Amino acid sequence: MQAHNVRTLAGRDKHRHALRQYVIGFLASIVLTLAALWVGFAHGLPAGPLLLVLLLLAVLQIGVQLFLFMHITEGDGPPVHSLAIALAFLFTFVFVAGSLWAMSFHYMVA
Amino acid sequence: MSTLTWEWPGVHAAPGETSGEVSIEYSQPSESLKIFGFWLFLATDMLLFACLFATYVLLHTHTAGGPTARTLFDVPGFVAETFILLTSSFTSGIATYEMRRQRAGSVALWLVITMLLGMAFVGLEAKEFVDYVQMGATMSRSAFLSAFFTLVGTHGSHVSLGICWMAAVLIQVLRQGIHPQTARKVFNVSIYWHFLDVVWVFIFTVVYLTGVVM
Amino acid sequence: MWEAIRQFGDTYLMWKEGPLIWASDVLILLTIAGIVAVLTYFKKWKWLWDEWLTTVDHKKIGIMYLICALLMFFRGGVDALLMRTQLALPNNHFLDAEHYDQIFTTHGTIMILFMAMPFIFALFNIAVPLQIGARDVAFPYLNAISFWLFFFGALLFNISFVFGGSPDAGWTSYPPLTELGFDKGPGENYYLVSLLISGIGTIGTGINFIATILKMRAPGMTMMKMPLFSWAVLASSIVILTVFPALNVALALLLIDRLFGAHFFTIQAGGNPMMFINLFWVWGHPEVYIVVLVAFGVYSEVVATFSRKEIFGYKSMVASLMAITIVGDLTWVHHFFTMGAGPDVNSFFAVSTMAVGIPTGVKMFNWLFTMYRGRIRLTLPMLWTLAFIVCFAFAGATGVMLAAAPADYQYHNSYFLVAHFHQALIGGVVFGMLAGMYYWWPKMFGFKLDERLGRWAFWLFNLGFYVCFVPQYALGFMGMQRRMYTYPAVFGWGPLNFISTVGAYIMGLGFLFIVAQVLYSIKYGERDVTGDIWDGRTLEWSLPSPVPHYNFAVIPYVTHRDMWWELKEQGRTQELRPRPEDIRPIHMPNNSGRPFLLGVCFFVAGLGFVFAWWLLAVLGLLGVGACLLARSFETHDEHDVPAEEIRRYEAQLGRL
Repeated sequence: MQAHNVRTLAGRDKHRHALRQYVIGFLASIVLTLAALWVGFAHGLPAGPLLLVLLLLAVLQIGVQLFLFMHITEGDGPPVHSLAIALAFLFTFVFVAGSLWAMSFHYMVA
Repeated sequence: MSTLTWEWPGVHAAPGETSGEVSIEYSQPSESLKIFGFWLFLATDMLLFACLFATYVLLHTHTAGGPTARTLFDVPGFVAETFILLTSSFTSGIATYEMRRQRAGSVALWLVITMLLGMAFVGLEAKEFVDYVQMGATMSRSAFLSAFFTLVGTHGSHVSLGICWMAAVLIQVLRQGIHPQTARKVFNVSIYWHFLDVVWVFIFTVVYLTGVVM
Repeated sequence: MWEAIRQFGDTYLMWKEGPLIWASDVLILLTIAGIVAVLTYFKKWKWLWDEWLTTVDHKKIGIMYLICALLMFFRGGVDALLMRTQLALPNNHFLDAEHYDQIFTTHGTIMILFMAMPFIFALFNIAVPLQIGARDVAFPYLNAISFWLFFFGALLFNISFVFGGSPDAGWTSYPPLTELGFDKGPGENYYLVSLLISGIGTIGTGINFIATILKMRAPGMTMMKMPLFSWAVLASSIVILTVFPALNVALALLLIDRLFGAHFFTIQAGGNPMMFINLFWVWGHPEVYIVVLVAFGVYSEVVATFSRKEIFGYKSMVASLMAITIVGDLTWVHHFFTMGAGPDVNSFFAVSTMAVGIPTGVKMFNWLFTMYRGRIRLTLPMLWTLAFIVCFAFAGATGVMLAAAPADYQYHNSYFLVAHFHQALIGGVVFGMLAGMYYWWPKMFGFKLDERLGRWAFWLFNLGFYVCFVPQYALGFMGMQRRMYTYPAVFGWGPLNFISTVGAYIMGLGFLFIVAQVLYSIKYGERDVTGDIWDGRTLEWSLPSPVPHYNFAVIPYVTHRDMWWELKEQGRTQELRPRPEDIRPIHMPNNSGRPFLLGVCFFVAGLGFVFAWWLLAVLGLLGVGACLLARSFETHDEHDVPAEEIRRYEAQLGRL
């Protein structure tokens, strides 16, 4: 247990940097949410671009959570866990987009 | 402390070799392995939500003459839920930060704050659901409402489970302080919490916001 | 009182249903009484609890999976024979329509989820830690949980037959037929709940083996030095993690429809039944790859070992495994081309389906090239592998026929399809699982399965297979649809159906020979004294059979892909023998009764959900929560095996 204490004292700068990351992340997530609300309510964008902007803001939010809060880049070996999460995002996209595409017949016949 | 647990660290450097680099939750191979396992769980849980989202998006216009997203959703309610959950993600991040500084007391404090925010979130969501049901917008009213309650409810039950889990971790941190095992638990419950925030961001965007403004 | 018992008997025990149920009741009671009597007479209860029910040892869990898989193979096989008997003649009434429906449903569900899945998990558990030089899987406790969730899921599914009624809407369970309005009975709930429970366990296994393979390989074993079976398990586990959530969501939503009156897949209030079918196949097609990739891994090991050659094109084998993993997840719509999604969708999924044939073809040719100029020994594993190559080539060819979307409108849900997927799943998966079972059997139990009886089983099963399924291709073209309960004589389907039934019985005979072979070999099988009975290539063959519970006394340092073979070639096998001074105390995970209890709690909760007995459901779920919490507060779940004990044990094995 001793070893960890020594290490942590040596890394005070690192900690300050880490705290800054959390604060920046929090502010960013608030700002991004407010931006989404503003775009949604106060702006008369047509449906398509509006959806695009909102989804883009959501993707940025996820970036904040993943990189600034969840430390996705950290670890103690090759970053295989990042690869797993990346694959999950890929298949999230594939299954959602693929299902909606395949099921879009519904709107043609309805 | 033994250097080798029964799990032989395959691609890991042996403990101690990279000690300057890794933080405490990764400092023992067996704990680091559990973090990796938890990332894999999050990956598969994400795909669970993917399927629920696909179902919701497909069915969200199928209101069967019942309430639509635009008429139903209560804007101040879901905006409040969003900010509460975003804040709780931040406070659970601070708990991780304090865990890495090995301050058991502050970890406990930030975990408690996170749990309280989580409870506020779940409470608001429960109130929202009860309100909808009282308006006659029940799960069996339309396919849209079935999908809505299931998607948002699944997220809500994840948050509720997270609160229980966090309580268990909190007790262990208070009793045992921060050592590699409790550190790993704080880390895992914390990335779980952030993950739920990621899911919520999409619920906020895809379900609520576009539901109300489009 | 009497009236209440009679009511219970009629509603839940189905005593009005006739001799099939009564016979099953009697058989089940006799079996239970027999097991209890034997355990009590030989005073084996404590042994059962200590050595098996609470074990976290991957080798024992593997053996338990294997036993369950073989038992379920038997049950699924009996279902198949009942169906074939019913279809043997036109206008036959051996079974009534309701029972026929139940039996094809349980046959399909059991064979895929409760036979093929535990069979692959048996091989995962038995081979992977030994191949990669690990002492157990990454999460032994989770491994035990996965097994018991599978076990109690399977139990729940199987008791439906004598308690409330089996599901009867096909193993695909399509709504709206499976919605409450059309299918009131508890059978459908049994299907949904038991698959959910075992599905959770399966996800646990997927996580476990990815972590094991990526993080616990012996030092020196880079990914590109890893045996191909372990690569195949990695690929299969990745597919499990990506698609099992889709199955669980589909099942859960249908259950919500049935229990809480939601409208996901109903035809009222805006529900869309096709979404269930879409989600089901998002899982369902990749499920084929989940099981067949593992079989591919077995073939790679077997072909190399019994040709005494390094596998041809190792890197292309790895690349094709990974390609199938990804592309296999993009083909699901070909199961419902006839939904009418439109030319763009159908073309995309037709092309992606055919594309999977490319990496599969690469693997086929690599196996053939490995055999080319090899010194081939026709042992049982090799025989099944050769049979696979022929059988699977036909399955691939008919698969490409089905993948052609316009033509599929003709084949869809006909016996052509039935013949095709049996050829893929029996020829691809069952042959592979049997090859794997024969291959690793000596490693598990310390003796070989008898070759002569095995050859009888092999030839009968193979012959029976073609006699059974080739006529079904023709029947498909003649217009016979799957799941037909009976047919009139005028269609002229009688003769081919009769031939097919004869084939099914020949396969059943083949299975009996496997049973006889196991029983015979327990007593007379060749004992494995060297631990390397096949002259193997990978690390598991460097260990004694059966393997000591800690696997490796000293973890080896891996320098070659076929490490053990390489050392044998160079006469350096002594290097993998432990030296007394290198033996250190080993940390091993403790046994725990909690995974078993967790399974029991899930079972109780499951029963509650099936019959909407909410008190039972809540009690079960509380039990689950209590088990999870107890685990969270457990701090010491490992113990030390002292070095002295290991030295003594290794000396006893003659390895020191």
